[in-house]
Amino acid sequence: MKRYAPVLLLAAVVVAVQLLLGAVKSEFLLTQLTMSAYYTLVALGLCLLMGYAGQVSLGHAGFFAIGGYTTAVLSTAAAAAFSFAPWLSLPAAVAATAVVAFVIGVPVLRLRGHYLAMATLAFGFIVSRVILGTALFGQADGISDVPGIRLFAGLVLTGKRNLRVQNYYIAWTLVTVGLLFAVNLIGSRVGRALRAIHGNEEAAAAMGIDVGRYKLAVFVLSAVYAGVGGACLVHFNAGIGPGEAGVMKSVRYVALVAAGGMGSPGGTVAVSAVLTFLSLRGAFGLYDDAVFGALLVGIMLFAPDGLFGLVPALRGRR
Amino acid sequence: MGADQLLQYLLSGVTTGSVYAIVGIGFNIIYSSTGIINFAQGEFLMLGGMISVSLSHSMPLAAAIAIAVIVTGLVGVLLQLAFISWLKNPAVLRMIIITIGLSILVREASLHIWDEKVRALPFWSGNETSSLAVLGARISPQVLWVLGVSALMVGALTLFFRHTLTGRAMRACASNATAARLCGIRTSSLVTLSFFIAAAMGALAGCAVSPLTQTQYDMGTSLAVKGFTCAVLGGLGNVTAAVAAGLLVGVLEAASISVLPLAYKDVVALAIMLAILFFRPEGLFGSRAASE
Amino acid sequence: MRRRTIFTLVLALGAILAVPSFAADPIRIGAIFAVTGPAANLGLPESRTLQMLVDDANASGGILGRQIELIVKDSQGNAEKAVSFAKQLVEESQVLAIIGPTTSGESMALKGYADQNEQILISCAAAATIVNPVAKWVFKVPQMDSFAAQAIFTTMKKLGLARIGVVVSNTGFGQGGKAQLEKLAPQNGITVAITEVYDSTATDLTAVLAKVKAQDVQAVVNWSVEPAQSLVPKNMRQMGFDVPLFQSHGFGNIAFVTAAGRAAEGIIFPAGRLLVADVLPASHPQKKVLTAYKKAYEGKFREDVSTFGGHAYDAFLILTEGIRKAGGTDKFKVRDSIEGLKGVIGTAGVFNFSPEDHNGLTMDSFEMLTVKNGQFALYP
Repeated sequence: MKRYAPVLLLAAVVVAVQLLLGAVKSEFLLTQLTMSAYYTLVALGLCLLMGYAGQVSLGHAGFFAIGGYTTAVLSTAAAAAFSFAPWLSLPAAVAATAVVAFVIGVPVLRLRGHYLAMATLAFGFIVSRVILGTALFGQADGISDVPGIRLFAGLVLTGKRNLRVQNYYIAWTLVTVGLLFAVNLIGSRVGRALRAIHGNEEAAAAMGIDVGRYKLAVFVLSAVYAGVGGACLVHFNAGIGPGEAGVMKSVRYVALVAAGGMGSPGGTVAVSAVLTFLSLRGAFGLYDDAVFGALLVGIMLFAPDGLFGLVPALRGRR
Repeated sequence: MGADQLLQYLLSGVTTGSVYAIVGIGFNIIYSSTGIINFAQGEFLMLGGMISVSLSHSMPLAAAIAIAVIVTGLVGVLLQLAFISWLKNPAVLRMIIITIGLSILVREASLHIWDEKVRALPFWSGNETSSLAVLGARISPQVLWVLGVSALMVGALTLFFRHTLTGRAMRACASNATAARLCGIRTSSLVTLSFFIAAAMGALAGCAVSPLTQTQYDMGTSLAVKGFTCAVLGGLGNVTAAVAAGLLVGVLEAASISVLPLAYKDVVALAIMLAILFFRPEGLFGSRAASE
Repeated sequence: MRRRTIFTLVLALGAILAVPSFAADPIRIGAIFAVTGPAANLGLPESRTLQMLVDDANASGGILGRQIELIVKDSQGNAEKAVSFAKQLVEESQVLAIIGPTTSGESMALKGYADQNEQILISCAAAATIVNPVAKWVFKVPQMDSFAAQAIFTTMKKLGLARIGVVVSNTGFGQGGKAQLEKLAPQNGITVAITEVYDSTATDLTAVLAKVKAQDVQAVVNWSVEPAQSLVPKNMRQMGFDVPLFQSHGFGNIAFVTAAGRAAEGIIFPAGRLLVADVLPASHPQKKVLTAYKKAYEGKFREDVSTFGGHAYDAFLILTEGIRKAGGTDKFKVRDSIEGLKGVIGTAGVFNFSPEDHNGLTMDSFEMLTVKNGQFALYP
């Protein structure tokens, strides 16, 4: 039961914040909180990958972009094909992300250490270049005028002002569910297998764990988290730009996970929500990138387990 | 496509390739002495260019370049001493993240020190319009400087590693640090020295290439990626192989625009990197064991 | 005794709370610029210009007796940041209008939002799609890239050039230029033999230019807004590729000329007259505005003016004229009066808005310039 504490805490905080903001008539803050929820989903997925499977990914923004652009294209240029059920673009986006993750995961996950880092970096770069070079994706201008999506029970995934509260809850419910799933996974047999793999791959393999399959599964899962985040944010922002696939974005996600603690999904959610929110409000001014760079260096030097680290993810040479 | 055009591509590729090679060599030097991949390697070229441009307004070009090289070398030393040296047996993942963070910090510091404007060092000989004929293609004399400086650095490095006591000590350090220490070699000073050399070399290359490619605060990142490609292609740790790898990558990139849409030119180097990583991670000239 | 103390305190509190309502409300204006990041060489001059103008306006009493409160946000050229800041500025800070963003991509991301939420947006980006189709609440101040392309072709016709090569960067600005050049070339009897899109961060263009050279073109047009504008002329000369080079109006910053050195001699490009303010005849309607802005900017920031900073100038000018004409800050009235502005003299040209034209400039706003002895000069 103790492991569910972060989930319950998150749910409580989410509701409390909304009620508080409503009371002090500052509901406009919900906008950036909603946006940061979707970015937090990416960090959450990455936390599972880095903390539990021990695989670094410097290209996770690429998955966010794949999810986002897929639903953007399907909702605008290809809207006619889906006019009978526009909401299908969301699962389509998630499916696309999962497929790409699977396809590149197979060769990439055979690599380790620096090679893995560089391969994922290359993946992110390639996604970015493909977006910039393809007219369908709007090239440098991105895709705009993406309509909202009508979900079940009268909910609409959109950035419209009057539906702010609804969308805030949609976003944070997704994060809470994501956190619940992550916490469950970690406490399950799969989680234990992952930790064994992280500790020592050869030993884990010797014990009969299908290392390759588990690593791939977590890789795809973490990509799906990112794809969901991207797909939903596109409808909230009514558009997407090529910057979402950029290297700096990927590095930010890594910084957030490292700071929150690679072994701590709850910590990752907390750090990501706060820092992304501040960044979206321009709180760091002209030093936005520098803040994340400093965060990376500072955390890695002085608190490699992260601020909330529970698993000694980075101590000792592997 | 005429022979002239082909030659032009070749020359263009060799120019950019030699810069990639220098970055790759920098990666190799640090990797072989510490096992760390220094993502900040590209920033050293940027620093060399930026510092020398600032100094060139108040002193002769050669002096500006010399000082820029030394200062950047010292920056490399500083980074190593302040952020890396006191870590005991750090995990690979941790080091990767630290050096990425450092490269961002160096870049942002540069932005705030110098601002976002593009700068260029004056041409070492001739000017912006000088053009030399080489068998039917025409190039700037600066290209010869870049090639010459690169060749000089590679030559000096090879001599250093093979024929000087310090150089040989560094190689001993690289293959087995414990054994080296047992022989009385001060491994920690050699690590610091390796950072100085890698940074200084990067800076010199940055100065050589600045008149051609211009220097901007954010030029380091893509150079680092391409440089890493060369280092891996040649085999991590293999200094001279990085040169061949660099030239190969540069030429392939340049030639690719005749068959691929230009938008995908950068993808070429990345695709090469991925192919090498997937199929032959020890590089073209490395051995299996080295890639673990 | 205690009751009196309480009573006094309440009075005092009431007085304190009441006082602000006597001072005139500031006029809140928001700005979203790419002050850092890849578009920084556009966004930084824009941000500085706007800040300078607001400070000056406030020093001389503000607009309609009210001080201006300016909130500038750095989007780093990212569309999602632009969206976030726009929502923040509109819903939280309740600004009257937003000036910016810097790039076309960001502007398109905000176009729908501004229009749906009935917020005035005065963009400093070049894409024709920002005002075409016209959105009621969205305006833009840079000249149309179609005019720039046409100006180039008119000059080419005079020089008898018929076969050209085009290289553009992969940014929104570059792509927009490519579209216009390809569209207008046939009508002007000019053949575009080859078009190549290079990466905005490219550091060496010799390979691309070799490809263009192989097409036996009589002139090259480069359309970009990054430092690559200095690379193209240098690479061309170094390769011995000596045909005339035309640039876009993105060349409007002397820093690019300095970076290209001697290779920049003879480049021809359309631009607003800000760059040649000093050599304009005194009778020219824009002379006064241009020289005043140039002097103020160069004096304050110790760097040369660029046409990008000029866009921020024009945006502020349009907005303040709109406010003055409307006599207040009712956003509907201000929007209507902006739409009705005629004959407003800015740095890019003379603006004449209408419900169909939210850009307000014509081909006249462009002057063909060239580089002589490292300085901008009128062409020919």
